[in-house]
Amino acid sequence: MTIIIDYNAGNLRSVQRACHEVGLQAQICADPDEVRRAERVIFPGVGAAGSAMKSLVDRGLDAALREVINAGRPVLGICLGLQISLDYSQENDTQTLGLIPGEVKRFVLEDPRLKIPHMGWNEVRPVTQHPVLAGIDPGDEFYFVHGYYPRPSDVAYILATTEYESEFASALGKDNYVGTQFHPEKSGRVGLRLLANFANWDGQC
Amino acid sequence: MLSKRVIACLDVRDGNLAKSVKFVDTKDIGDPVEKAREYYLDGLDELVFYDINASSDRRNIMLDVVESVASQVFIPLSVGGGIRSVADATDLRLAGAEKINVNSAAVQRPPLIAECANAIGNQNVVLSMDIRKVEATRKLPSGYEIVINGGRKPMGIDALEWALQGEQLGAGELVVNSIDADGTKDGYEIALTAMLSEAVGIPVIASGGAGLPSHLYDVLTEGKADAALVASMVHYGEYTVSELKRYLHEHELKVRMSW
Repeated sequence: MTIIIDYNAGNLRSVQRACHEVGLQAQICADPDEVRRAERVIFPGVGAAGSAMKSLVDRGLDAALREVINAGRPVLGICLGLQISLDYSQENDTQTLGLIPGEVKRFVLEDPRLKIPHMGWNEVRPVTQHPVLAGIDPGDEFYFVHGYYPRPSDVAYILATTEYESEFASALGKDNYVGTQFHPEKSGRVGLRLLANFANWDGQC
Repeated sequence: MLSKRVIACLDVRDGNLAKSVKFVDTKDIGDPVEKAREYYLDGLDELVFYDINASSDRRNIMLDVVESVASQVFIPLSVGGGIRSVADATDLRLAGAEKINVNSAAVQRPPLIAECANAIGNQNVVLSMDIRKVEATRKLPSGYEIVINGGRKPMGIDALEWALQGEQLGAGELVVNSIDADGTKDGYEIALTAMLSEAVGIPVIASGGAGLPSHLYDVLTEGKADAALVASMVHYGEYTVSELKRYLHEHELKVRMSW
């Protein structure tokens, strides 16, 4: 069973609908025991890091997610789900899960014409081969909505980059974990391709 | 670099697609779900549904439309029309809307913007403004006035002031709809769009008046808009979404070209 973790952070049904479109039956679930038993986990999220972490911990979902990771099962973080997978977020000065070493920082932009949040379609350039990014070509665009961006402590965790004034890591990976700053569920054909890749991924790189 | 967005607006009445000219005399032109799917497959970047009889008890028809579109169209979906409360907003979100558009009800009760922003996040609250050109006065220094109720009721509120207040209250995006340009196909209100886009720090979607591909180009460059909203020019098949995007791309604007 594939579980979409429900920790009161955003519209999970759009993720579920997109999974359904690529033939992945995914259940929205807030029960840590169910999460522990999942074959595959999607960890989405929209909102602020502080309240998201609190809600995750209150429901005991942080520990459940760690167990899934440690068991080597595939996990996909999306947007805020990715951000709170690093060690620390500047947003609400929050200690986060530490699944990937690094931190999450607020965009600081020089060009006054560039707006925050970074909202809309932007190019995602894979910098390495990864099964979840198969078939994604340089120039393919995905939908973003975020005011903070992930900065992993080691470039080895960067799977793809995107430019918004300067380059930031828009997809990260470590072992059986991948995370995207963009929303594959709102990114048309290429987004569905990424979800289909995840659905077929065994967690090995 | 971020792409400029092409957004199609579908006015829905009783579950059917309607297109208004200067906000009156709407006529039905087809099935919104079918149109939405067609535009999505043709490279549309975002969809807006506007419920034009939302004040009535026909709300559930719209929820069905949204639900059905959301399961077939995997781009951001925004819904407006008659949203008066956080409950209206969350109902639409559950049905599959990514963003919600507030308009008249926010003018009448501005805290609605903050309430929705707190409930569903700033980035998902779009403040839609219907604006008409007036003579600049002390009360309306920008020379643009907010009107509500589908363009029928002038409010004596300055458009620039309201845009800034909306941003302050937590709106994540602005739709700048010129009721003078709406339905004319003579082009967007460039001066108005540029003025508001320069004044706020959130993205601006230009609306009203698109008839030619060059109109989109003009408002996305000179008008400083982040996105251009189109309606009748695509609904009646005068242009396809991909033709518009190809035109912008050929004129060296950054738009999403692979879908």
